[in-house]
Amino acid sequence: MATDTDSLVAPRETGAPRPRGSARSARSTRSARAAARRPGGRRRTGVAYLFLAPFLVLFLVFVLAPAVFGLWISLTNWSPFRATQSFVGLKNYIELFTPGSTTSGDFWQSMLATGIFTVASVPFLLLVPLLVAVLLNQRIRAGSFFRATFFAPYVLGVAVIGVIWKYLLDTQSGIVNHVLGMIGLPDNLPWTVDVPWAWITLVGVTVWWTMGFNTVIILAGLKGISADLYEAAALDGAGAFRQFVSVTLPGLRQVMTFVVTITILASANMFGQSFLLTKGGPGNTTRTAIMYIADQGLSQNNMAAASAMSYVLFAFLAIISIVNFRLQRERAEKSAS
Amino acid sequence: MTTVTSRPGEPGADAPEQPRRIPARRKQTPQQALRKSVLYAALIVLALIVILPLVWILLTSFKTDGDAIRNPYSALPNPFSFDAYATIANGQQPVFRWFLNSLAAAALQSVIILVTASLAAYALARLEFVGKRIVFGLIVATLLVPPVIFLIPNYLIVQNLGWLDSIWAITIPGAASAFGVFFLRQFFVGLPQEIEEAARIDGAGDLRIFLQIVIPLARPALATLAVLSFLANWNDFLWPVYVLLSPENLTLQPGLSQLQGAYSTHFAIVMAGAVVASVPVLILFFFAQKQIVESVATSGVKG
Repeated sequence: MATDTDSLVAPRETGAPRPRGSARSARSTRSARAAARRPGGRRRTGVAYLFLAPFLVLFLVFVLAPAVFGLWISLTNWSPFRATQSFVGLKNYIELFTPGSTTSGDFWQSMLATGIFTVASVPFLLLVPLLVAVLLNQRIRAGSFFRATFFAPYVLGVAVIGVIWKYLLDTQSGIVNHVLGMIGLPDNLPWTVDVPWAWITLVGVTVWWTMGFNTVIILAGLKGISADLYEAAALDGAGAFRQFVSVTLPGLRQVMTFVVTITILASANMFGQSFLLTKGGPGNTTRTAIMYIADQGLSQNNMAAASAMSYVLFAFLAIISIVNFRLQRERAEKSAS
Repeated sequence: MTTVTSRPGEPGADAPEQPRRIPARRKQTPQQALRKSVLYAALIVLALIVILPLVWILLTSFKTDGDAIRNPYSALPNPFSFDAYATIANGQQPVFRWFLNSLAAAALQSVIILVTASLAAYALARLEFVGKRIVFGLIVATLLVPPVIFLIPNYLIVQNLGWLDSIWAITIPGAASAFGVFFLRQFFVGLPQEIEEAARIDGAGDLRIFLQIVIPLARPALATLAVLSFLANWNDFLWPVYVLLSPENLTLQPGLSQLQGAYSTHFAIVMAGAVVASVPVLILFFFAQKQIVESVATSGVKG
């Protein structure tokens, strides 16, 4: 089995990323020993790296290198206007945690905005799709029409969503205020220019835009729950609500863990909705962390501070992810025992 | 609705023993009929919440500028006009050009991702090699890193490569898809290996096995990845806002934002831009909706 491919492989191996130089004999005995240790696996490092090469080049240049480079920038006084940079240690980080420094106030305000948006949006981005998915999972006609319709706004992209809702929610000439006025409600709500309305707008528009995305993932999870479980629950006398709690929710656990994780991360990375709908206003109340980091780093040329901010945001998201993961696992263990 | 008479333990524990006679539920009772109508009413209301704003935008885009400003609440354009479309076709904001730029960038990036990720995934799923665990570990680890980390350093890298304000800036850095490699690797691992082993005995090399056996078998996963990559690039907003500069090089997302800035109170024109940006995608979506929706659905179940 091995003979045919080996002849094909051997000449290529010289072109592999780890060329055999003077250390040839040492290396070949080492790999021979390694091969002897693992009898089943025939190592074909050369071929493997040829397959990996196109991806690895991109990965090294645009993922690994920038991750390290960004960390380095955050430890220097990097500026595009300076010819040389010098290492300043944790100065940029310390400044972020020093009240009264040039960026700390604005940065923490933007972190607060991201936090408010995440806390306010995630419940709706989970509950509305869960409800819609349960509706779509009933035996209904035109199910795929409804499913496609609810998903459709997602393919439009944030800019289309932003400009159309900016118009629909315009305080003076927006149709939303007009319709509210027709049914006897206030017709002058400042949807995009004052809080708390701006938050309601950002959450509402995000739900309208991305509802279908979570819905189809949850719906796939619902379809994976065996009908036998519902029958058994019904035989035991469980009503619709009880079935939902005892069969549907446990059956969705794995899918919901995934959906919760991606939804929190998506909300914490919110940028376009604020950029387009509220311009971060009023004041800077709805300017999110991403918006502030991008502005400081790429518009204000304050790259060192902005890099430090992005790592602080990363640390926050990592903590949230770990806590979320632990909670889900604990819950899974509790229900298993 | 129904009251719980007994507290069932773990549902399903005693299910297999039960004879299957439940489906013989009574014919549709008035109560069930009512439930059905409530269900449809809810779905129709939700569908209208999605559709009506889009219809409103479409109607507004056919108004004249003056009509849109004077009569913002009248549904029907009076007169029905293509003025707004003429303005964006001839104006400073080349919306149609942006559309082509978006299409080209999303297509090019998807192709690069499919080629590089499938090759890498094959190595990780099928070959034994030195450093495999490190490579796979790094790929998985970067899945959890938020994109903002790469924003500033990648901007500097792209700038140094001379790619600012070009299609390369919005296609190449984002093509390093750790998700794509991970997703395809999981799929490849699950494929049956018998055919590959038979081919190997017949003297086929890795490249032939990859191209003629694995790729055809992986078509559904590749289609899913293509759809997800295309949508992600098409919807990307933050990165193109900062790396694209000249009007003719913009993609739709940053372009529309500029259009809004240029014509902030000329709603008919901005809405015409939104329609040009939406209609082709919506048409594409309704033709391929099954594929697209199922791609997203499986990303949760398998990913």
